[in-house]
Amino acid sequence: MMWNLFITFIKIGFISFGGGYAMIPVIEYEVLKHGWLKTQQFTDVISIAGMSPGPIATNSAVFVGYKIAGIPGAIVATLAISLPSLFLILLAALFFYKIQNNKLVQSLFYGLRPVITGFICYAAFRFSIYNHIIGGDHWFNGTSVLILLFSLGFLLFTRIHPLLVIFLSGIVGIMTY
Amino acid sequence: MTFSLISPVTFGGGYAMIPLLEKRVTEKNKWIKKEDIVDILAICQTVPGSIAVNTASFIGFKVAGVPGAVIATLGIIAPSFLIVLLMAVVFLGFQDHPIVQAAFTGFRPAIAALILFAAIRTGKSAIFDKVTIAIAIVSYILLLFVSIHPIFVLLFGGVVGILFGLREKKNQAGSYQDEVIEDRRGNLVRGEKNS
Repeated sequence: MMWNLFITFIKIGFISFGGGYAMIPVIEYEVLKHGWLKTQQFTDVISIAGMSPGPIATNSAVFVGYKIAGIPGAIVATLAISLPSLFLILLAALFFYKIQNNKLVQSLFYGLRPVITGFICYAAFRFSIYNHIIGGDHWFNGTSVLILLFSLGFLLFTRIHPLLVIFLSGIVGIMTY
Repeated sequence: MTFSLISPVTFGGGYAMIPLLEKRVTEKNKWIKKEDIVDILAICQTVPGSIAVNTASFIGFKVAGVPGAVIATLGIIAPSFLIVLLMAVVFLGFQDHPIVQAAFTGFRPAIAALILFAAIRTGKSAIFDKVTIAIAIVSYILLLFVSIHPIFVLLFGGVVGILFGLREKKNQAGSYQDEVIEDRRGNLVRGEKNS
């Protein structure tokens, strides 16, 4: 179990181009495939990971690891997702100026970045569907969609800290319950 | 040494911590020159993994070699590790409480907005011509309707990118790289105003 967890998160770490939210579909795919969590539980993981400081991918690994195998699981998953970064960064540091101006690397990222954008859109869509923000019997949930739009507006057009946006949304949630 | 200095900085969270980290590293400790930090950030965005962890590893390596990289990496993940663990324990203990559930009906749309925001931010620098629009749409559809491992979607994007990128002799990808760095500079300035 631990070994499986370790290998899976190592794998995730190596392909986590774009970092952060772009990794959600990758983590989700692996976690569902292994039957470790249900989709609903996974969206809870994303919620907690998004609310906590620090990189969302690392945060998700901590929570997934903890849910599967307690604190040892959390440690194993966190180390496993961070090791590939460490390894690749050491490689990059050794070849510092070569990698960045390489035409091949630039072309690769010309194609990879749109994929990453697609990944994040997909993550947002799945998250919204499984939390009944959109979809379901009424196409969408009015209050939730309003909170979503307001939050997005605040994030896009003001400099309010994301954590404050989340906090205020929680208060709105409690008031409208 | 590296560990104890970098770890309290991480409490800014994700991208927010970059300006703090930069200040700490260039001004307070003079580990890295200010001109170099933009290049380092560009590389850390390129390599798989979260930008915060990557930056810590890179700076750790520059300062104290491989042991420095290992310690800086551990230092940067330790605080979030503890916080998430605490949040996980609290959440799993109280998730059935009505008030917690009510709060989460508000949290969830905000998190969805946060993810969308990330998509928009990434999209701004990633999608700028027909090819990149097509790649983004095809990737999204593949994820939505075809049950394949996401790595194949990444592979698809990489191959298409290389095919089109190398064919175009114009230095389009080069100017794009500058945009990313420019964007990072913008973020740095914005972040400094915030803090």
